[in-house]
Amino acid sequence: MQHKFRVLFSFVVLAGAMTTTGFAAEKTEALLKTIKSVGDRGQGNLAATRAQRALSKVDAAELPTILQAFKGADPLASNWLRGAVESIADRELKQGGKLPVSELVAFVVERKNVPRARRLAFELLQRVDGKKAESLVPAMLDDPSPELRREAVSRLIDAAKGLEDEGNKEGATTVYSKALSGAVEDDQVKAIVAPLKKLGTKVDLPRHFGFLTQWSIVGPFDNRDRVGFAAVYPPEKSVDLKASYKGQLGDVKWAPISTGDDYGLVDIAKKIKNYKGSTMYATADFFSDRKQTVEIRIGTPNSWKLWVNGKLKFAREEYHRGMKLDQYKVQAIELEPGRNAILFKICQNEQTDSWAQRYQFQIRVCDTTGTAILSDDKLRTSLREQPTSKRRLAVK
Amino acid sequence: MHRFLSLGLAIVAATMFTGADWLQFRSADTTGIAQGPTPPVSWSEDENVAWKAELPGRGLSGAIVIGDRVIVTASSGFEQDRLHVLCFSDKTGEKLWERQFWATGRTQTHKKMCVVTPTPASDGKHIFAFFSSNDLVCLDLAGDLMWYRALGRDFPNASNSLGMASSPILVDETLIVQVESDDDAFATGINIETGIARWKIDRPNKANWTSPALLKGGANDGGNLVLLQSSKGVSAILPRTGKQLWSYDEGASTIPSSVVRGNTVFVPSHGITALRPVPGGESAPELLWQQSSLAPSTASPFVYDSHLFTVNRAGVVACADLKTGKRLWQLRLKGPFTSSPVAAGGHLFFFNEKGLGQVVKPGAKSGTIAGEGDLGETILATPAIANGAVYVRSDGHLWKIAK
Repeated sequence: MQHKFRVLFSFVVLAGAMTTTGFAAEKTEALLKTIKSVGDRGQGNLAATRAQRALSKVDAAELPTILQAFKGADPLASNWLRGAVESIADRELKQGGKLPVSELVAFVVERKNVPRARRLAFELLQRVDGKKAESLVPAMLDDPSPELRREAVSRLIDAAKGLEDEGNKEGATTVYSKALSGAVEDDQVKAIVAPLKKLGTKVDLPRHFGFLTQWSIVGPFDNRDRVGFAAVYPPEKSVDLKASYKGQLGDVKWAPISTGDDYGLVDIAKKIKNYKGSTMYATADFFSDRKQTVEIRIGTPNSWKLWVNGKLKFAREEYHRGMKLDQYKVQAIELEPGRNAILFKICQNEQTDSWAQRYQFQIRVCDTTGTAILSDDKLRTSLREQPTSKRRLAVK
Repeated sequence: MHRFLSLGLAIVAATMFTGADWLQFRSADTTGIAQGPTPPVSWSEDENVAWKAELPGRGLSGAIVIGDRVIVTASSGFEQDRLHVLCFSDKTGEKLWERQFWATGRTQTHKKMCVVTPTPASDGKHIFAFFSSNDLVCLDLAGDLMWYRALGRDFPNASNSLGMASSPILVDETLIVQVESDDDAFATGINIETGIARWKIDRPNKANWTSPALLKGGANDGGNLVLLQSSKGVSAILPRTGKQLWSYDEGASTIPSSVVRGNTVFVPSHGITALRPVPGGESAPELLWQQSSLAPSTASPFVYDSHLFTVNRAGVVACADLKTGKRLWQLRLKGPFTSSPVAAGGHLFFFNEKGLGQVVKPGAKSGTIAGEGDLGETILATPAIANGAVYVRSDGHLWKIAK
């Protein structure tokens, strides 16, 4: 009888605990769902703020659940979730508690998890078990998270420098080259390329970054008083590389233009002319072996518009506020299998200041980490037989 | 339970306000003047530095002081895309908490600027941190996130490749945010409880780095007005609705911001232009005087006692009569200056870009340098003053200068 009572009691306790845990998990899931529903312009903020207050107070054991919830969260919602994770972790550590280290390690290691959430888990790990975190770094060289791969590249650069200092040129070259395979951020690329050059290894930077170096260009069209940015000139209606158009200074035709610049710079002012108050169009083909989503990253001090396969992707009217690699990241560009037509409109204004004379652009294709995605040259060759001179691009 | 109670009490104790907080860029009333005791007029590493705290990254934003807490923002990462909000103990300089976020908008800036240029604002209970990427974060004083807005996603063309700098100000439970670029440009009044806009108005499509100023009691009913400055001039708007009451349309600078004394507005326009709004009306303000020789460079003009002060490109401080604009005296400081001057206890505090603080004692006929202190690091942020202490930050450190 006594035994039966103990069994019954144990069952009741276990069931209660499971129910409580179940309720807690269910509650956390509901909070996460509410927070992930935040939208543009503050939509969903009221409910999300209430949910955030509750979520920030859940037990640290729930951290892996919250990290998993980054899946499907947009960058806005990801910051809400990050706020909750940091509040929970901070509170737990200040109260002398512990974070779930083994779950965090497992979460970081699993590359299917959201890169930013993995980085966040890595940072939590660094706080509570630095050695363990450091032990994960060497495997991150090709990590989907640019922040994590940066760590691995950094360690390799340090190692290569050490070998270089020891006079081990071959070893240094090998390690620098390995570091370059993971480097996506320009400061690290520069820190690798310069010593590699000294060691006798030349790096194909346009290929490393994925710059488009072969273009066809036409212009100038009128942009006096900045009318050209909004004007729709014939290349926006269709790109016909054999066509002749009425331009700003007479008839204009498409002409090839290429760049050998390490950073893919197409310098219109130097290679053609700095037509003040003008608009030019440049087009390039990108061959993709499959349907894929890419980023097109642009640097230019001029105003611009970008179309891909006839669809306007972004327009930016700003003149001479600086130029930088990856100045603009046009995200979620859908490439079709085969040929994809990229059309770039670039406008120069009429400013006379010495700092307002650049007329140039650089464009590259990459993934979200910044790793180059290259045009498929084999595909280009195989499609060469097909007529390419006339491509009708419907403006949408 | 006990742990939570202890934590709660600790937070309450730590955030008891003294009434002398420095709650936003150029203080709660946007004058740059602090009440309370005089801070030290000279300092060095060994003298009058109460504490020095390390910061994780760059920032041109100033610190704010809320009770026993000092808040500062910073950015890190190759692309400056990691945004930090940090809270320090005013008493010890100990870091109480830090929160980080991923920038959702563009983070490109001129190399001298950075994504952390706007100074945060506070209502004494919450922190509103704004960044050049147009991320707007609301945290409570314990560091818990209340809401987050990604204005860079909502309005992707409201950005400047040189960076954005306008600091939001808090007026009538509304956070006034100016986001003005050559492409998209707007101002918005954010309900601080919800993070949702009460209003949004179009602004001139021209890059603008100025911050709003408060005109207390400037509305017809005695309510507050907010002054939005741009290349076109100054617009006076109601903080709750964004409705414009009057405007000055003769152009203004896009870097130094207007300052207010009583019912007079001093605008960086044609040098300095002094305006007096017409009482009870919505017509153009009365132009009191214009003085081209007072043209400020990057630092905003400043009013203290009965004098107006500006700093020019050469680092020369000009002191002018408030009523006439007549220049009374000049004093050459060691420049150049990016940060704006602040004042307390009869002294003006200037920090140049090399980290040299110069304290000026202004008089009717001349100004004298009362003391100096060299922090030895680049300082571009406008300092805060609270309770007889000066708080100033570089890219690497935050200092509390106090006796």
